Amino acid sequence: MSVRSFATLFRPSQFFSIRGGVHPEGRKSLSSDCPIEDMPIPTLIRVPLQQHIGAEAEPVVKRDDVVLKGQLIGKARGPVSANIHAPTSGRVIAVGHFAAPHPSGLPIPTITIRTDGADSWGPRLGRLRPENASPEEIAAKVAEAGIVGMGGATFPSAVKLNLRGKYALHTLVINGAECEPYLTCDDRLMRERAEEIVDGIGIIARALGVTQIVVAIESNKPQAIAAMQRFDRALGIPLRVQVVPTQYPMGSEKHLVKILTGRETPARALTADLGVVVHNAGTAHAVHLAVRYGEPLISRVVTVSGRGVRRPANVRVLIGTPVAEVLAHCGGLTEDPERLLLGGPMMGQPIQNTRVPVVKGTSGILALTRAETPDLDTMPCIRCGRCAQACPVGLTPFEMNARIQADDLDGAGRIGLLDCITCGCCSFTCPSNIPLVQTIHFAKGKLAEQEGRKHQQEETRRLAAARKAREEAAAEAKRQAMAKRKAEMEAKKQREAAAAAATPQPAQHGEPLQ
Amino acid sequence: MIEAAVSMSALGLGLGLLLGVAARRFHVETPPVVDAIDAILPGTNCGACGYPGCHGLAEAMAEGSAPVTACTPGGRDVALQLATIVDTGSDGAVAGMAETEPTVAFIFEDHCTGCMKCFKRCPTDAIIGANRQIHSVVVDACIGCDACIEVCPTEAIVKRVKPKSIKNWYWDKPQPAFGSGNGGYAA
Ligand code: SF4
Ligand code: SF4
Repeated sequence: MSVRSFATLFRPSQFFSIRGGVHPEGRKSLSSDCPIEDMPIPTLIRVPLQQHIGAEAEPVVKRDDVVLKGQLIGKARGPVSANIHAPTSGRVIAVGHFAAPHPSGLPIPTITIRTDGADSWGPRLGRLRPENASPEEIAAKVAEAGIVGMGGATFPSAVKLNLRGKYALHTLVINGAECEPYLTCDDRLMRERAEEIVDGIGIIARALGVTQIVVAIESNKPQAIAAMQRFDRALGIPLRVQVVPTQYPMGSEKHLVKILTGRETPARALTADLGVVVHNAGTAHAVHLAVRYGEPLISRVVTVSGRGVRRPANVRVLIGTPVAEVLAHCGGLTEDPERLLLGGPMMGQPIQNTRVPVVKGTSGILALTRAETPDLDTMPCIRCGRCAQACPVGLTPFEMNARIQADDLDGAGRIGLLDCITCGCCSFTCPSNIPLVQTIHFAKGKLAEQEGRKHQQEETRRLAAARKAREEAAAEAKRQAMAKRKAEMEAKKQREAAAAAATPQPAQHGEPLQ
Repeated sequence: MIEAAVSMSALGLGLGLLLGVAARRFHVETPPVVDAIDAILPGTNCGACGYPGCHGLAEAMAEGSAPVTACTPGGRDVALQLATIVDTGSDGAVAGMAETEPTVAFIFEDHCTGCMKCFKRCPTDAIIGANRQIHSVVVDACIGCDACIEVCPTEAIVKRVKPKSIKNWYWDKPQPAFGSGNGGYAA
């Protein structure tokens, strides 16, 4: 870490905006003045075993088990995975499958709990005093609590805390940008729980061993900025609040780092390569709860908004609560929504079924009416180039779109398909309403599926080879056993013959025995 | 007795030697294209193509007696790869090959008697079960080759489209229907 790069860290002149990007209407006022409220405990809770990037958790309870709040019900499997805990007390009524909070609505392994309403805590995780805890202990605690990135990426946070050994880290960036329209959950959390968040930030910073902290908040959240500006240290580590322009996709990790440090993270590299680690403000709050109070990640703040919702709100929801119940808590729907989304309007995913559960990465539940959704009347591309201008990664979406439409996925890959962050700026800005990001979603999914199929083919080839080897080994063993038996038989016969030849007499002596 | 043993051993040794020498002497180089084809084929020797194992098909394909589309478990992807190294004869063969959905075997539990026949036959060990216990297919290991279907005495096994999971699901390709005919293109 040279002095120069430190100096460039906050050069105000760099402080403009990201390349491209768009300025969608914020519509945050729908819910930004609604304090975070708690929801009554629903009667049924469905906790998927995969709410994070990485391997699915392994269930450690079975049907009819009685579970207490905070009890481990799914155990992390492998290095990139996350623990799952019971959000409240009750009885496990199924360890099976249920529709995923995903556009496909396909079933995924899920634990269903009938709650008992008592909400009684089981034993909490052991508490830590972060002031004297080692970074490893903090990371282990965060892993134990099953904390994942709360901004929506749901990458297991403990893995990110353990980057310390591999990279020379110097800065922790706390992402409070919340650039998606409608969403206000991080905003509210920062306004109401600034002290706890700052404590969580300090804990994360200690685990990472960084020397400075930057909290990045978009300029459209003055109260959150004011709340966070009350602090200039987190557990003794200098902290500063940096106001960033209101622009989508400011909350994208690499773009945030670009704007704060002026340095661009190379394609397919990590921000850690630049010595910077980004965590979400909500994650910091979860870390605070886990380390100070031993509370695993069992609830999260969700923004329920859109004009299709009667009473927009910010609700602290237990993980596993059905979306329908959250909507009902907010007065239900005013009309049949045009789009029902989990997440923000730009990157959120539509769901078909409101019985799917809220998971660790659900930042918002949006019911958008016809008036709020863009016109879908598609026209041909007029080569205006606006999508390329808006693309924050510097791609040419219209060209990728053309190649994908012509089934040339490899061609699209050559012009950066895999670098696309699926932010949706291109579709948002296209005057012809061409479904650019939707086409890219298809292409990325298809490529991933092909990759998976190839991988599977290799695996089956390996299985077939293993079977052949086993069969050959078995045949060989059989042959050898036969040969051995034959040899033994022959040896025996030889012995008998030799014995008969050497001692012909004893046979006669033996006669009386008969 | 000893004579018998010695003579048998000598016979075995002699014949073995003869075989070894013959193998050396009459060794046939497999044409490199056969190996190349072999490398692309799934290598599971399932027999779905009707040839004795993947190598058999590779040879047939090299001499042009089998189409590149013969490997059904490999599907379109394998055919496309093969078409790059094998003369396909008619150009349309692969292009016309529909992108088939991968299929897997499915066992109707009601009909399964636990006879272990399919268990023994599966080239990728994708069937789990034990004697007199209902068998089941490990979907991720199954290549949809039909081998088990042929041997099942109670016809308890069928082939069906591989169930979609959240891991391999993806959006359909958007087919934008342009609002007003072909927009301004015609002019
Ligand atoms: S979705 Fe992809 S192509 Fe479109 S603007 Fe975002 S990064 Fe660029
Ligand atoms: S913004 Fe739309 S119309 Fe303009 S170049 Fe891109 S795809 Fe074409």
